This record gives sequence, C-alpha cells and structure tokens, in this order.
Amino acid sequence: MSFPLLTVTAALPAVGAIATAAVPAARRTVAKWLALLVSLATLALAVTVLVRFDPGGDRYQLTESHSWIADFGVRYELGVDGIAVALIALTALLIPFIILAGWHDADPLETGNSRWRPTQGFFALILAVEAMVIISFEATDVFLFYIFFEAMLIPLYFLIGGFGDRAHEHGEKTAATQRSYAAVKFLLYNLAGGLIMLAAVIGLYVVAGNFSLTEIAEARANGSLDMATSTERWLFLGFFFAFAVKAPLFPLHTWLPNAMGESTAPVAVLITAVVDKVGTFAMLRFCLQLFPEASKWATPVILVLAVISIIYGALLAVGQRDIKRLIAYASISHFGFIVMGIFAMTSQGQSGATLYMVNHGISTAVLMLIAGFLISRRGSRLIADFGGVQKVAPVLAGTFLIGGLATLSLPGLAPFVSEFLVLVGTFTRYPVIGIIATLGIVLAALYTLVLYQRTMTGPVKAEVTGMPDLRVRELVVVAPLVALLIFLGVFPKPVTDIVNPAVKQTMSDVHKTDPQPEVEAAK
Amino acid sequence: MSATAVHSLWTTAATAADPIARIDAPKIEYGQLSPVLIVIGAAIIGILVEAFVPRRSRYHAQMFVSAVALIAAFAAVVALAARGYGTTKAGITAMGAVAVDGPALFLQGTILLTSLVGLFTFAERRLDPEQHGTRVDSFAAQAAAVPGSESEQKAVKAGFTTTEVFPLLLFAVVGMLVFPAANDLLTLFVALEVFSLPLYLLCALARRKRLMSQEAAVKYFLLGAFASAFTLFGIALLYGYAGSMSYGTIAQVVDGTVQNVTPALANTTGNDALLLVGSALVVMGLLFKVGAVPFHMWTPDVYQGAPTPVTGFMAAATKVAAFGALLRILYVVLPGLRWDWRPVMWGVAIVTMLAGAIVAITQTDIKRLLAYSSIAHAGFILAGVIATTPSGISSVLFYLAAYSFVTIGAFAVVTLVRDAGGEATHLSKWAGLGRRSPLVAAVFAVFLLAFAGIPLTSGFAGKFAVFKAAAEGGAAPLVVIGVISSAIAAFFYIRVIVLMFFSEPRPEGPTVAVPSPLTMTAIAVGVAVTVVLGVAPQYFLDLAGQAGVFVR
Repeated sequence: MSFPLLTVTAALPAVGAIATAAVPAARRTVAKWLALLVSLATLALAVTVLVRFDPGGDRYQLTESHSWIADFGVRYELGVDGIAVALIALTALLIPFIILAGWHDADPLETGNSRWRPTQGFFALILAVEAMVIISFEATDVFLFYIFFEAMLIPLYFLIGGFGDRAHEHGEKTAATQRSYAAVKFLLYNLAGGLIMLAAVIGLYVVAGNFSLTEIAEARANGSLDMATSTERWLFLGFFFAFAVKAPLFPLHTWLPNAMGESTAPVAVLITAVVDKVGTFAMLRFCLQLFPEASKWATPVILVLAVISIIYGALLAVGQRDIKRLIAYASISHFGFIVMGIFAMTSQGQSGATLYMVNHGISTAVLMLIAGFLISRRGSRLIADFGGVQKVAPVLAGTFLIGGLATLSLPGLAPFVSEFLVLVGTFTRYPVIGIIATLGIVLAALYTLVLYQRTMTGPVKAEVTGMPDLRVRELVVVAPLVALLIFLGVFPKPVTDIVNPAVKQTMSDVHKTDPQPEVEAAK
Repeated sequence: MSATAVHSLWTTAATAADPIARIDAPKIEYGQLSPVLIVIGAAIIGILVEAFVPRRSRYHAQMFVSAVALIAAFAAVVALAARGYGTTKAGITAMGAVAVDGPALFLQGTILLTSLVGLFTFAERRLDPEQHGTRVDSFAAQAAAVPGSESEQKAVKAGFTTTEVFPLLLFAVVGMLVFPAANDLLTLFVALEVFSLPLYLLCALARRKRLMSQEAAVKYFLLGAFASAFTLFGIALLYGYAGSMSYGTIAQVVDGTVQNVTPALANTTGNDALLLVGSALVVMGLLFKVGAVPFHMWTPDVYQGAPTPVTGFMAAATKVAAFGALLRILYVVLPGLRWDWRPVMWGVAIVTMLAGAIVAITQTDIKRLLAYSSIAHAGFILAGVIATTPSGISSVLFYLAAYSFVTIGAFAVVTLVRDAGGEATHLSKWAGLGRRSPLVAAVFAVFLLAFAGIPLTSGFAGKFAVFKAAAEGGAAPLVVIGVISSAIAAFFYIRVIVLMFFSEPRPEGPTVAVPSPLTMTAIAVGVAVTVVLGVAPQYFLDLAGQAGVFVR
C-alpha cells in the first residue's frame, strides 16, 4: 500500500488540534508555536500533494479507499482532482497566516481561573477546522464529505461565539450577546442546509445504493443508473441548498455579515476565505457530477440568484458603516461571481471560478487581516472612527490599498484574471447576465475606494495619531500574501495548468461544450 | 405480495408445537431464560438483604448483589447470542410465553448495560453534602415520612438511606427484559406491570423537592394505570378476535391461515371490529410507554420530578423495552394489518417529531428540555418502525442502543450541577458553566450534539439508519419531516451550548460536584459509546442487522 498522503495531510492538523488543546493553561506561548508549526507542516504536506499531482494524469489521484460503514454503503474514499489540489493548497497556505495574525486574539484578559484556557482552545479549533476542510476537499465519498461538511460547523461555531474583538463600541456585554447571536445564526443556517442535504443524501443512497462519487458519476454517465427527472431535481435541490447556504448565495447569505462582523479578523478570514470555499467547491464536484441534467435545468435560476448576489452584495457593501461587515458584503458579491462562473457551463467560466476561489481567498485574507490590525489599534470597527491613517501608518495603509485594489480586480493583481475569465465565460453563453454582472466591478471600485478614502486619507483624526505602523509579526503575515497576489496576477499559469484538466472533465460530465460564437451567430 | 410472504421477510417460523392444546407439566427452558431468572433471583435476594442485613452494610451488599446480577445476566445474554439463539436457534420458550430471538437478545443486552450504568448513578453518594456524618444519595431518607414532618427530620438525623431502590431497580429490569421478548399478550401485560410499578415508586423517592417528586409519581401512576387499562382492554378484545393470546396464532388468524382457534369464541373470531379496536388499544398502551404524542403528557412532569438517576434510567431503559415490545407487536402480530396501522403510525410519528421539537424550544428546565427531546426522539424511532422492512428493525435496534447511552450519560451530568437547593436544573443557572468547569460542559456538549444528530456522534449514525430505513420503506415525506424537526431540535440543543460556553457565569451560580468513580464511570461510558458508535458504528450495525429477525 502506498503512503496515505491525503489522509496524513488531513490528519496532521487534527492531531495538532488535540495536542494544542492539551497544552497546560500557563503555557500559552507553547500552544501558539505548536499550532503554527503544525500548520506549517501541513502546508509542507499540501505542497507535496501539489507536486505529486500530475495535471495530465488520471482524474482522481493519490486515491485511498477503505471500507468504513458497510451497512450504509459508506467507504473511506479520498482522491483529488486539480480543483481540490488548488483549494487544499490555498487552505494550507492561509492557515499559518491566520494563526500568526490571531497570535494575541485569544490571550485571556485576566489570569484568574486556571481551568479556562481560551488560547489553547482558539488555536486548536482553527486547526480542527483546517483538518475538516481539507478532508472535505479530498473526500470522493458523498457520505464522508457530508460528515465533515457538517462536523466543521461545531469548531467554527465556538470560534465565532467564543472569541471577538477586544474593544467594542457598546461594551463587552453587548459584544458577547451579539457574538452568540452571530454564532447561533451561523449554526442554524448551516445546520438547516446540512439537514436538508441529509435528506437528499439518504435519497441518493436509496436511488444509487452506494455513496461513491466516482461510481455514481460513472453509472450516470454510461446510463446504467437512471434517475427519474423529478427525483434528480429534488436531490439536486437538496444538495444545492446546503452549498448555497455555505457559499453563501442570495437569499441565504444573511448569516455571513453577522458571523464575519462579530468574529475576530483571522476567524472571519477562516470563514470566508477557507470554509465557504467548500460550498462552491461542492457545487462543482457534487452538484454537476451527480446531477448533470438537473444542474442544467436549474442554471437559469441559479444564474439570476448569482447576479443578484453580485449586485446586491456590492450595493450593501457601499452602504456599510462597519469595516468588517463591508468586507463581508463584498465577499457575498464575489461569491456571486464564483457561482456564476460555475453555472455558466463554459470551461472559461469554471476555470475562472476555481481560480477565483483561490484569488478571493488570498485577497480577502490581505484586506481582512489588515483591517483586523487596524481595528485592534483603534478599538473600533466603524469606518467613521478612522481618518488619515496613511500619514501615521503608511505601510499599513499601502498594503490595505493593495488588498482593496485586488478586491476590485485591478489588472495586474490576481483577482483580475479570474474575474475576467468568469465574465468572458458567462458572456459567451449568457450575454445579458454577463453584462449585468459587470456592474459589480464598478460597484466594487466604489466600495473599496470609498473605504480607503474614509479611513486612510484626509486629516488625521485625534484618536488615530500615534497609531503604530505594522509590526514585524504583522508584516510577516501581510508581505507574502501581497507578493502572491502580484505574482498570480502576472503569471496565473501554475494554477490554471492544474485546474484546467479537471474543469474539462466536469464540463464533459454535464455534456456541455463551449459555445462557438460564429456558429451561434450563423443561426 | 401476500401478507404471509411479507411476513416471512422479517420473521422465521418457530419449530415449537402449539402448546395450547394439551395440559402437560410446563416445560421451561431455564438456560434460554437465564438472563431474566438471574435478575429476578437477585431482586429477591435484595429484598432479603433489606430484611436481614444490618443497616450499615446494606448499601454495599445491595450494590454487590445488583452489579453482579446485571453483569451475570449480560454475560448470559452474550453467551446465548454466541450460541446462535439470536439467529439459527431462535425459538419460543416457556410454553409459548417468551421468545428468544435476535431482537429480544439485542434489546436485553442493551437494557442490562444501561441498567448497570444506571445502577452506578443510583449508588452515587458523594454529590450531596454529608448529613449528620452519613453520605447520602439522591433518594429520600425514609420514603414513608411525610415531607417536612418531624419523622422525616428524625429519619435524616438517624442517617437512614433508602437502599430499597436497588431491588426496585432490579424488578424494573426484570419487567423490561421480558417486555420486548413477550410472545403472548398476557406475558406482555405482566411484564408491563412488573416494570411499571417499581418505576412509579422510584419516581416518588427524591431526597430534595420531595413534593414535586411525589406529584410526579402520582401523575405517572394515574396515567400509567390508564394506559395499562387500555392495554388490558385491548388484549381482551384481541383474545375475543383470535381466540388466543399467542402472538403467532393471532397473526395467523389475521392472515386468515387459521380459523376457529377456540370453538367457544366462534361467534367473535374473525370480527374485524374487535381486531381493529383491540390492536389500537394495545398499541396505545405501548405508545404511552415510549412517550409518543398524543400520549406524552406525563413525560415532562415525571422526568422533572423524579430523582435524576431514576429519570436517566427510565428515559433510557423504558424506551428500549417499550419500543422492543412495539416492534414485536407490529411486526409479528399485526403485519397483516399493516395497511391499517401504517397511516396511523405515520400521523403519530409526524406529530411526535414536530411537537417534541417545537415545545422543547420554550423549556427553561434542563430536565424538562431533555424530556421533550426524548419525545422528539421517540418520533424519529417511530419513523424507523414504520419502515416495515428488515432494515427497519435493525435500524431501530441500533438507534435504541445509541440513544440510551447518550440519555443516561446526559442525566448523569445533570446530577453534577448543584447549588444549595440540590441539583440546579433551571437553565439560567447553567450560564457560563463552560468557563467554570470546561470538562463537564464539554462532555454535556458532546451529549447534546449527539442528541442533535451531528456527524461523528452516535446520534447521527442512529438517525441516518432510521431515516435510511424509512426512505427505503417508501416513507420519504416522513424523512423530510424528520429532517426538518431535527433542524428545529438542533436549535434548543445549541441554545444550551451557547448558555454554557458563551454566557458570563453568574456570581451565585451552581457548583459542579466532584463525583465518585461511580458517576464518572457512567459518564465516561456514555461518552465512549457516543463517540465509538459515531465514528466506527459498523460492528454494532452488523450486530443489529444480524439481530433483526423476529421469531414467530
């Protein structure tokens, strides 16, 4: 048996989480370093996966398959395609920065009770989420995927509800109430989505008799597994609902601004840049492969919802007074682009969507983490409380600007490539939708630049004077991510090379070929 | 498919001859009945201990007798199962009164293990502060003393403890062991009474809040007596219909393969009105015991008022026994009638799931909350019962095993959280528990997550099993409603977690008592079973699958 690389990649952070949680209360620093080292080791493993993966090879590589719960037809089956490899790399890349950015976020305020260990818990929970996200990307068994898709809600729930920004305009008690409201809202939305999906998972089992993605997809492709049209549509809706909550897609998006607004910046990055990607990834992997006909049937509605997400999210972002909620609404707009790219059913759209997932992860991480540094300095999340920061903290302001420009898809930065691909891919098949979506870019320019203008430029506010610039730890977090944004903006080929073959496969699953503009024009 | 053919899906024909015709000396298969006999013997020894052993050594003597009996009985169940009495050698024993087959042995094993864990919580004596130098448990010093009276104070001062609870527990276990194995209606009724009466008594024995405990007991007794009366009436009508008490014979009369069992009843035999009314009444009695809506009214009051160890034991073991009996009635006696009972049970399952989940949202007492949660779970289990497929049986068996350990563990945790007035069961007092006692709160969170059916806990595996069986049995709408009520139920489980972890602790809040190894064992077993059945359920699913065939 070959070395179970995928299992180890997912298991390492899980083991690290347990080890971190077990560090004695007084040794907080040990726990932090342990978590950081584990996340770096996981990154090394993810890079190994990336290197061992052969873009020209089989569809699923590094596969592992073991019997697990035979009674339910469940197997422990792992395998990665190009899309999964890219997202695993993104996850493993971001976690060390998240840990480093949140270095002091969970230090206990008072050192009274020795049994309450928030620091250990914080870092252990982050690693637990990483483990579950990675295994969700790897699972090629629907049930296995479902289990971790659901189970990751629990550590996230504690991360959102248990840890928040230190200072808050309404005092700690209100902050705690709002936090637990956000955590409960997050959990109920996602749990409801997950349970609806559970009904569909059971339905899939009744129809197909097993849970293996590869087997079912193959049986679907060669016609040996015939689903009634209505059955397929119901099952598709069950799956899609859960993923649309997670992604999040309008009108199921309202948990995200609460969750991102109330949690600390690193956790907000974890949610939007890492966890939400499981939703969009699962649309590509499960909805399209298992239910190709139903996917095509639902495409018009989903595209309309995606466009509403793009425009509505951007409009709400323009109107926000709170920096973190602004970024959250911007993310909703971006997730609209990703979903639109997936369901445009063109190879450019889907490649663009996958690339978008990676780029959005990095650019949001830059913007949100710096916003977190900014907020922790001032003790407020309100845009109106800032002004003239670029005079006192130029490096902070400069990197924040780069993050912002990446969010509005400035050419030369990574998100531009993906946004362009998504729009082109959509336009070739659905020109009207593509044109409306373009408005989202204009609005993105508005909300980011207004955010920058109000917080960074203008006269220096009294509370902002004396604000320190980025510290070494913060620079270590920001610099590599900014470099990556520029690198992938100029040279996206490494990612597209890995992603493209997988996208071609998915396209053939749904029996779609790229439209030929000339032929269509001739008609 | 004919009724007989469907019937043979989940039952095998027994080889025993019809015992009713001749009057011979009764033939008792002592070996196959040994689990029940061991516990009965121990219960009687327990009474003798109560009568003859000096007061100071009674506690240890009773503990020893009960624990040994439960372990020995479990060993007997395992030995029977290992010798194939659950599968190939399954048969009907004790002159047709008791069936020894897969479901019976599986449920008996579950009941015995749950009772053993329950016994540990019964025997816990470190939680309450010592009174006059005596360590005391959750039970009244002297049950007969009027609450608040002088005689009660004397009893407390004298350091009395009610060691009678141990034989009472054993008698209840006896009834529960026979209940799911009963193969004729009279045995069913006797078993019902044998386990109900000790439970009524146990409910009344709380050391703290005695009036509430006694009120709960009276309520339980009155409603239970009603339910028993209904059952008995139903049994009489079924006898009128079939001319026999035996499950197998009644099933044959329903199928039409046998007519005229008892010539004296020729006028009524085969009268469908008797059959329908009779079976409805019997099933009603059983639904009362499982706590299904609309027969659930007693559950919250009794769960709240009874001493918490009793509540845990009752919630876990009674549910196992009663669902076992319900399965046997529906699958062995009434499969020919399934087109009549399935729609009714559909309705009951839907109402039970939804009502349990919705009403639980408004609860402010942790024990009442768990009571309503148990109602919702009864609904989920009913979804598996309705499947009427072999996987329906095995999924219900698995769910019961998973559920009972979560329940008993959860109630064991409830006994630990205390303030000056005893257990602090009001939810507001649980605020911030996670800050003060992270481990206890985390353990309770595990149980709550299992109740909510989050993956990697036994609750998820069980829920998946019953919903899968229901979907395969053609009850897809039931699955959807089950999923929706799971989402509703998740809300209040999560609310407790929020309260424990995200709320500020109250300054005058309760403390977490440090229990003796007994309760620790109980909780540890609960957590271990919850996690093992969640992560690696295959072995136990196999076990339940092998056990999923009734004998008839």
